Amino acid sequence: MKYRVFVMLKSGVLDPQGEAIRHALGSLGFEGVNAVRQGKMIELDLAETDAAKAEEAARRMCEQLLANTVIESYRVEPA
Amino acid sequence: MMKAAVITFPGSNCDRDLATAFEQAGAEVARVWHKDTSLPEGTDIVGIPGGFSYGDYLRCGAIAARAPIGKAVVAHAGRGGHVLGICNGFQVLVEMGILPGALLRNARLKYICRTVGLKVETSASAFTAGYAVGAKLQVPIAHHDGNYMADPETLSRLEGEGRVAFRYLDNPNGSMKDIAGILSENRRVLGMMPHPERAISPLQGSADGRAMFDGLMSAFAPA
Repeated sequence: MKYRVFVMLKSGVLDPQGEAIRHALGSLGFEGVNAVRQGKMIELDLAETDAAKAEEAARRMCEQLLANTVIESYRVEPA
Repeated sequence: MMKAAVITFPGSNCDRDLATAFEQAGAEVARVWHKDTSLPEGTDIVGIPGGFSYGDYLRCGAIAARAPIGKAVVAHAGRGGHVLGICNGFQVLVEMGILPGALLRNARLKYICRTVGLKVETSASAFTAGYAVGAKLQVPIAHHDGNYMADPETLSRLEGEGRVAFRYLDNPNGSMKDIAGILSENRRVLGMMPHPERAISPLQGSADGRAMFDGLMSAFAPA
């Protein structure tokens, strides 16, 4: 089973990299970019064939390593 | 005599400096490899050094926090053992969950390597007993991700319990409340971004870090 994990800084957490990207877009002439948030996308290829079990495993991976839940939220979706 | 264990991860680069700082203060130092699963018998204090453990992959300190030696460090802290995490070591401690909060990318997105002014906020710990409260120190920083953040509840707890050990005089990285180093609830774990182990001799430009290691020695001196 293949999954995509999206890890983003939580909404209250300042994202200076996203801010820098927003400024760079502005200097390229892209107007009206209200906000930019940068995150990570991680692809998982799991041997598990049961979708429920595989998704549950992916979530545990997020909780234990892939995301720092103090500052980041995550979303798991089938790829 | 104080027994220190200094951990080396792939990518650690301040492990020798930290071992030397402990040795100069008179401690017996054991070097521990990240693949080891236990600390030497009788370890009083664990030193987690600066550097770029595992290339800072995923998040700074994230992989190191889950390394084989990690469980032994968490258990040591859980027993009330002392742990000193400097720079990447501080990042490892928050990733382990031993210290609260997180260290984000510096507010101005630059890697900063220079000596900064620090203020000692508490002398109530083995790490800071050698300093007077309010003392101003010159200690180098060298990091890209030292921007300390925590939720408002955690911050007010840290402040209320006097667990902010050091504050920047001129905040270089955007850390909330100018926080440069914090203590655990039992005050036996210190995480800090500045490098006291790089300030133990006037030849290094400052010897202001020396009192931390000397203070630790006195804390473990036989009564």
